[in-house]
Amino acid sequence: MNINAIREQFPVLHQEINGHPLVYLDSAASSQKPRSVIDAVTRYYELDNANVHRGVHTLGSRATDAFEGARQKVAALLNAESPEQIIFTRGTTTALNLVASSYARTVCKEGDEIVITPMEHHSNLIPWQQAAKATGATLKYIPLQPDGSISIKDAEAVITANTKIVAITYVSNVLGVINPIKELAAIAHRNGAVIVVDGAQSTPHMKVDVQDLDADFYAFSGHKMCGPTGIGALYGKKELLSNMEPIEYGGEMIDFVELYESTWKEIPYRFEGGTPIIAGAVGLGAAIDFLQEIGLDEIDKHEKQLAAYAYNRLSEIDGITIYGPKDNRVGLVTFNLDDVHPHDVSTVLDSKGIAIRAGHHCCQPLMRWLNVSATARASFYLYNTEEEVDRLADALIQTKEFFGHAIG
Amino acid sequence: MQLDDLYRRVIMDHYKNPRNRGSLNEDAVTINLNNPTCGDRIALQLQVVDGKVVDAKYTGEGCSISMSSASMMTEAVKGRTFEEAINMAERFSALMKGEDVEFQENEDIEALSGVNKFPARIKCATLAWNALRKGIEQ
Repeated sequence: MNINAIREQFPVLHQEINGHPLVYLDSAASSQKPRSVIDAVTRYYELDNANVHRGVHTLGSRATDAFEGARQKVAALLNAESPEQIIFTRGTTTALNLVASSYARTVCKEGDEIVITPMEHHSNLIPWQQAAKATGATLKYIPLQPDGSISIKDAEAVITANTKIVAITYVSNVLGVINPIKELAAIAHRNGAVIVVDGAQSTPHMKVDVQDLDADFYAFSGHKMCGPTGIGALYGKKELLSNMEPIEYGGEMIDFVELYESTWKEIPYRFEGGTPIIAGAVGLGAAIDFLQEIGLDEIDKHEKQLAAYAYNRLSEIDGITIYGPKDNRVGLVTFNLDDVHPHDVSTVLDSKGIAIRAGHHCCQPLMRWLNVSATARASFYLYNTEEEVDRLADALIQTKEFFGHAIG
Repeated sequence: MQLDDLYRRVIMDHYKNPRNRGSLNEDAVTINLNNPTCGDRIALQLQVVDGKVVDAKYTGEGCSISMSSASMMTEAVKGRTFEEAINMAERFSALMKGEDVEFQENEDIEALSGVNKFPARIKCATLAWNALRKGIEQ
């Protein structure tokens, strides 16, 4: 993997922030976009723009082909059985809400259980809280091990014959831990439950095979994987999607509309009411091409090396706490410096051109589990380098010195 | 971007040696406010007698800017009528917009003027003042 050649393709990286070359370490929040994605979106608007699945004119056909072509690329990326199992959504949040609002409310009743974990992002937590409240189902949590991972033994104890849904993130956006989805799917299925996988932090960074995982539902966002914001997708097993009710009604999703009754299109269209984010889908397709050309295995390898390097470099800093397991983690490091609040860390780093995330990372229950109100997080992607990790480590040492001096 | 504009000595002093950190009696007006985007939170207590704030204390968690701002605000608000307190909160909003305002009640507050150049941190500085406004409305 030639990092310099890759970096060349990301226009935004080549600028100075506060007089220093930008070091972008916030890709877990949103990744940067390569030229090919920016161009694909521009080209779509300049040459092909029209509404999809309507009308018979040439631009309409081109837009439809581009949109459906992107669906095929998503299906291939996830190794879905067929493109009809890919529903375009606004992102992971909308995808998970679709499952919680449609599938969960049909399937769950009083006495049933929905099982999640305390490490979930709010978008894979609140939809299930609400679904449990609406159906009378009980929300249960698989506890975390001291290092933030989950154990199969705990999962086997929490998931029971009453469990209808297990919803879990593939990769934690705070701890960086990779969860054993395949094993959890087997436990869920043994108990007659389905597994819903939040793939927001896994899809951009590693090869994902929904059939191999035996995931029933799998959600992800385009903007964390070099694609545009506002586009994501939900994969679902065909028999599950085919029996699910739409939650948004309108154009595009209907078969026949009578005055008092209507019928729905087949999947995936019944879940895509209204004009979709066509340019977003086109951009996502270009992002998938970009990532696959480099190779997700290569990207995975590069990021794991960077994460290990960062873990070691940051561990050397006095007074730092790093959260999550040392091994089995993706390319992010969440930490706190003693006596310096993460906002202050982030402001000092920004003054040196380094962008990191500070706050609760949309994981308030996990912050309480960690017994902190906020943390700082550096997250890496294919365009980051060891030199950038060095700049981060040096800047953190300077931050400590600055605050040590300032508060004497 | 000058860090020293933001982290002035007087701010760091309030952060390290917070004034009025603690709790008042249960009959004090209590306002819990948090900043949902970042996790900062404050519990502000105001002891009110005849339309006047006679005492103020706070507990909470947050960055140097939010906690030092709370420390300064509680110092300044003691002995103020509601009207004076609201007037001070309004002047603080003006300070955050970069306007040149004075705080004879507590000149330390003027050190927070540098926050204006760090837009992402304005919400840190205003947390305690929003709690004050809310408390007086109650």
